[in-house]
Amino acid sequence: MATRLPPVDVLIVGFGWTGAILGQELTDAGLNVLALERGAWRDTPIDFPPTFDQDELRYYWRHELFEPLAHETLTVRNNVSETALPMRRLGSFLPGINVGGAGVHWNGQTWRFLPSDFLARSHNQSRYGAKAIPPDMTIQDWGVTYDELEPHYDKFEYLCGISGKAGNLQGAIQPGGNPFEGPRRREYPNPPLAMSYPPTLFAEAARSLGHSPFPQPAANMSRPYVNPLGVQLGPCTYCGFCEKFGCGNYSKASAQTTILPVLMKKPNFTLRTESEVIKLNYDAAAKRVVSATYVDASGQEFEQPAEMVILAAYILHNVRLLLLSGIGQPYDPQSGQGVIGKNYAYQITSSVNVFFDDKVLNPFIGAGAHGMVVDKYNGDNFDHSGLGFIGGGYIGNIQTGARPIETHPTPEGTPKWGSAWKKAVAANYLKSMSIATHGAVMSHRGNYLDLDPTYRDVYGRPLLRMTFDFTDNEHRMSDYITDRAAEIARAMNPREIKVNYRKGSWDVVPYQTTHNTGGAIMGKDPKSSAINRYLQSWDAHNLFVMGSTAFPQNPGYNPTGTVAALAYFSADAIKNQYLKSPGFLVHA
Amino acid sequence: MAKRKLSRRRLLAAAAGLPLAGAASAQVIRGDMPWREGEADAPTPVQGGGYKFFNPAEAACIEAVVARLIPRDELGPGAVEAGVPIFIDRQLIGEFGRGARWYMQGPWGSGEKTQGYQTRLTPAAVYRAALKSIDDLVGREGKAATFAKLGPADQDDFLHRLEKGQVQLSGVETKTFFDMLLQNTMEGFWSDPIYGGNRDMVGWKLIGFPGARYDNRPFVTQYGKPYPLPPVGLMGRPAWSRS
Repeated sequence: MATRLPPVDVLIVGFGWTGAILGQELTDAGLNVLALERGAWRDTPIDFPPTFDQDELRYYWRHELFEPLAHETLTVRNNVSETALPMRRLGSFLPGINVGGAGVHWNGQTWRFLPSDFLARSHNQSRYGAKAIPPDMTIQDWGVTYDELEPHYDKFEYLCGISGKAGNLQGAIQPGGNPFEGPRRREYPNPPLAMSYPPTLFAEAARSLGHSPFPQPAANMSRPYVNPLGVQLGPCTYCGFCEKFGCGNYSKASAQTTILPVLMKKPNFTLRTESEVIKLNYDAAAKRVVSATYVDASGQEFEQPAEMVILAAYILHNVRLLLLSGIGQPYDPQSGQGVIGKNYAYQITSSVNVFFDDKVLNPFIGAGAHGMVVDKYNGDNFDHSGLGFIGGGYIGNIQTGARPIETHPTPEGTPKWGSAWKKAVAANYLKSMSIATHGAVMSHRGNYLDLDPTYRDVYGRPLLRMTFDFTDNEHRMSDYITDRAAEIARAMNPREIKVNYRKGSWDVVPYQTTHNTGGAIMGKDPKSSAINRYLQSWDAHNLFVMGSTAFPQNPGYNPTGTVAALAYFSADAIKNQYLKSPGFLVHA
Repeated sequence: MAKRKLSRRRLLAAAAGLPLAGAASAQVIRGDMPWREGEADAPTPVQGGGYKFFNPAEAACIEAVVARLIPRDELGPGAVEAGVPIFIDRQLIGEFGRGARWYMQGPWGSGEKTQGYQTRLTPAAVYRAALKSIDDLVGREGKAATFAKLGPADQDDFLHRLEKGQVQLSGVETKTFFDMLLQNTMEGFWSDPIYGGNRDMVGWKLIGFPGARYDNRPFVTQYGKPYPLPPVGLMGRPAWSRS
């Protein structure tokens, strides 16, 4: 039997970016907050100091910062006619483990979505007509607008010390920034990172084609920074161990480097690590969550009552906990009814390798968000008439650091081993770079999450089952922007290029991106969404669900900026509305 | 706060569903960021000496195989000179070899290619089955008793057929083994020397990767100029400890 513990005001499930943000905001409001994290404590000096952080094998290939699948994984299939099988090894995406979550090993590419991204259905319908959206494309408006989120984007960018150049200051387009972005109230807190040779070459070529390249907004510090909470970050040293690694240098924003030094000191905050929530206990009549059941490292069960619950685990775990707890109606792809698991989406990526004979690029110099980007083909920044798809993505050269096990590009036709391969690797490593495309995935009736009928985790609970494939819309879009990337590559006058289109069905094996979204989406009513615009469950008024779980479809940008902005927007609503009168903030 | 090593081990044991004698309950952390002087989860360097996983026949086979994947040639040392066989050996006796982080529960199905790795075998079992099978197949083909005894051209021919799935190993899926072998060979050639491969940083020197460099600020805007510093590993450079 579970040991029942004394109640708390707020229980946070999962302690990464959104858990830390909500912890900070709700303790500020005077509440007594407890966070439960299933992983261990983790911090810079213990886990990835500069004396041993630059270890490609340990952190990337042996997955030290990523979720151990032995404990829990999910099953995958491309469509309902297949039998889902477990993802036995990590590949396509890399969820985090331990305090800080995936926000420890992220790149720091920090974007705002476009104003039109939040109006995916109504905007595209009004510009291109109802027929532009196929019947099985289940995209929705978000129920929140860019203007409403703007102050919250700003708050996160200043918390993190984002390095960048504004492109739109209160409506005035700024040279050197992203001309397509929504208006922002003020400049980024830090100037852009210094650019190494490859992004400079990319930007020159892009400009020669009439594009407006700009620095990738980066949570890597271009100079020392003290954030509004008084926490200090150090300047980035471009060591190239950022993406898939922790930062040894306090130069990359994470919960540990921006919030925790303040939050952990507060008397009204407690963190319990190695405590895994296995179920939220739901009172359907009262429409509230009464407690959470969790298991500690020794296997003991506890019941933790709380006045309010913040679900702040990774998207896949948020959705699974809702399904296991019986909160909200599970989605049925046949009828299109139900909301939990609905509109799972991903992103579609491709790349173009560029090989020079005459340029030493030193590609190991890098940072997670160190590069130049063209945004002309993202969202609805260009006319889609006659193209046969909606949405888009950005094109950029981001020099995250060419760690050699992962990055040793060879030209088309090179064998994969032997002397000829060795010769090609030696000749090209210092003289090659890659242009990436990073594209949206629209939601689709057949792409969803539910519980697997066969496979179980260590506790005997069903695994999550992911049914997902790219649709024609994604392939057409990705091919289109990959061709645009290849044009930029050719304009760089290299010896040769290699164009890597994303062909065929989604494959769980090669790493693509850890930008999984949806499954408990936000929206205007309980029939079409699981949570309202404040991330409050339509089925339990004291339950708020954080993360990219809320995205009704996945725009063509990295999600963390919007995940954080939504978290602040939700925290604001809890503090200023919910606490005064606990109940549903939007009436169905 | 318990020692970090303990807590990581506990997590993995919990992952494997093992009971934990005497394990404390959840860590309650409040009042500050927990840290104790000197507490750091540094990696453990591989110790020298002979093979610990491979038996003599397997060792001869793996040495011969990786010598063809990354040969010693006019560009310099190959996989054997870099210590790749010892690297793989030490990986296979450790967490990787046991598939400790992987989901290894049944039922087992082969599924679609897009569903990824589905074998029940751990990496250690994959190598054990594959190396034996390679020597058996070579022996049956009759040119030599074992793979190691074939000439380089015949070795390359066999590996090409293995890569293309034109010969089938027994007890293990051919592609599963070949992909793992190639990946582990690259890992052994380019990972930090503390793991037993990339000896004297020969893999890094071949391509011009400077290793565990911490501060590249002076070089970010030195466009087109060769990087001026030699490579360095987590434990420094051999030159530092040689007189």
